[in-house]
Amino acid sequence: MKKVILSAIALLAVAAMAVAFTYKTNATTGYAIGDAAADFSLKNIDGKMVSLADFKDAKGYIVVFTCNHCPYAKAYEDRLVALDKKYKTQGYPVIAINPNDPAVNAEDSYEKMQERAKEKGFTFPYLFDEGQKIFPIFGATRTPHVFILQKDGAKNVVKYIGAIDDNHEDETAVKTKYVEGAVDALIAGKAPNPETTKAIGCTIKVKK
Amino acid sequence: MAFAAKAQLQDSTTVPIVGFDYVQQLMQQKNDTTYVINFWATWCGPCIKELPHFDHLKASYPDKKLKVILISLDFKKNYKNVLLPYLQKHKITSPVALLYEPDANRWIEKVSPEWSGAIPATLIFNKNKSSFYEQEFTEKELHTTVETYF
Repeated sequence: MKKVILSAIALLAVAAMAVAFTYKTNATTGYAIGDAAADFSLKNIDGKMVSLADFKDAKGYIVVFTCNHCPYAKAYEDRLVALDKKYKTQGYPVIAINPNDPAVNAEDSYEKMQERAKEKGFTFPYLFDEGQKIFPIFGATRTPHVFILQKDGAKNVVKYIGAIDDNHEDETAVKTKYVEGAVDALIAGKAPNPETTKAIGCTIKVKK
Repeated sequence: MAFAAKAQLQDSTTVPIVGFDYVQQLMQQKNDTTYVINFWATWCGPCIKELPHFDHLKASYPDKKLKVILISLDFKKNYKNVLLPYLQKHKITSPVALLYEPDANRWIEKVSPEWSGAIPATLIFNKNKSSFYEQEFTEKELHTTVETYF
C-alpha cells in the first residue's frame, strides 16, 4: 500500500513538473515570425470583453504589451495614440494589453488603467490580461513589446516582433520607426524588414 | 583620520555617460579577473532591490580578483536629478556608468543573443567562462553564481 501511495506521489510530482515546464517553455519562447496567433478575450477599460475577431474590417493588428508604471512604456503612450490614429483607418488598429500582476505594482491595476487611458486620451482598447494567461502565449517579456499580426483568411499571422522605434527618450531624435515601417510594408504587400528588433524595457511583473 | 575612512560619494566626475563601446571594451577583457556587469536603472523595481547585493559583492570576496560594474539605463535627462542623488543616498561605491545608446536594437544582441531587453540583466565572465542572466538575483543566488567563476 505504502508503495502505491509513494508511486502516486511520484507521479503527481512528475505531472506537476511537466505543467511547470510547459508553462516555462511557452513563457520563454512564445510566437515566432510566421506563427498564427490565437485569438483571446480580455476585458477592456470600458468593462466590455474584446477579441481580435471583433474587428471585422481589420487587415491586421498592432498588439502592444504595455503598462502604467514603466517609464519606458510611458515614454511611448503618445506615440501609441499617434500609431492608432494613423493606422486604424488603414486596417491596422492598436490593441494594448497590460500583462502585469497589480499585486506586484498597484500602479498597474484595472482601475489605474482606466485612469491612465483617460488622462492620455487612448483611442484604442487597453485590455487587462487578468490571470496573466495571454502574455506567455505571445512570449512577451517586457513592456513595451509589440507584435504585429496580419490577417490571412481565418489566421492572424505574426509578422513583426519588437520595438516601436529606435529612441525611447527623445522622439525628435528617432531615425527608424520600426512599427510604422513594418505596417507600411504589410500594406504594400511586402514582408517587414527588419522582422524582429529588441529594446530595453521593464520586465513583466509576475507574483512569485 | 576620520575623514579617510569615509566612502567617497559618487558624482559627475566618477559616473561617466558612455556609449556601447564602453561595454564592449569591458566585454573584451580576458584575464584573471571575474567581471560582473549589471544592467539596471533607478526606475526598475527589481533592479534596485538587487542592487545592494551587487554593490556589496566585492567586499564579500576581498581576496578574489573581482570587478563589479553597474551599467545604468536611466534616461539621460535624469542623470543629474535622479541617478546621481540615488547613488549618493544609497552610498553605492561600485563603478557606475550611464549607458546612453538609444537604439538598443543595435547592441542588445551583442551583450547576449539570449537577452530580450528586459532588465535587470547581468553578464558575468572571466577568461574561462561567460554567462548571461536575464533575472533578478537574491544575495544568496548571486554569491552561489559568482563562486562558480572562482
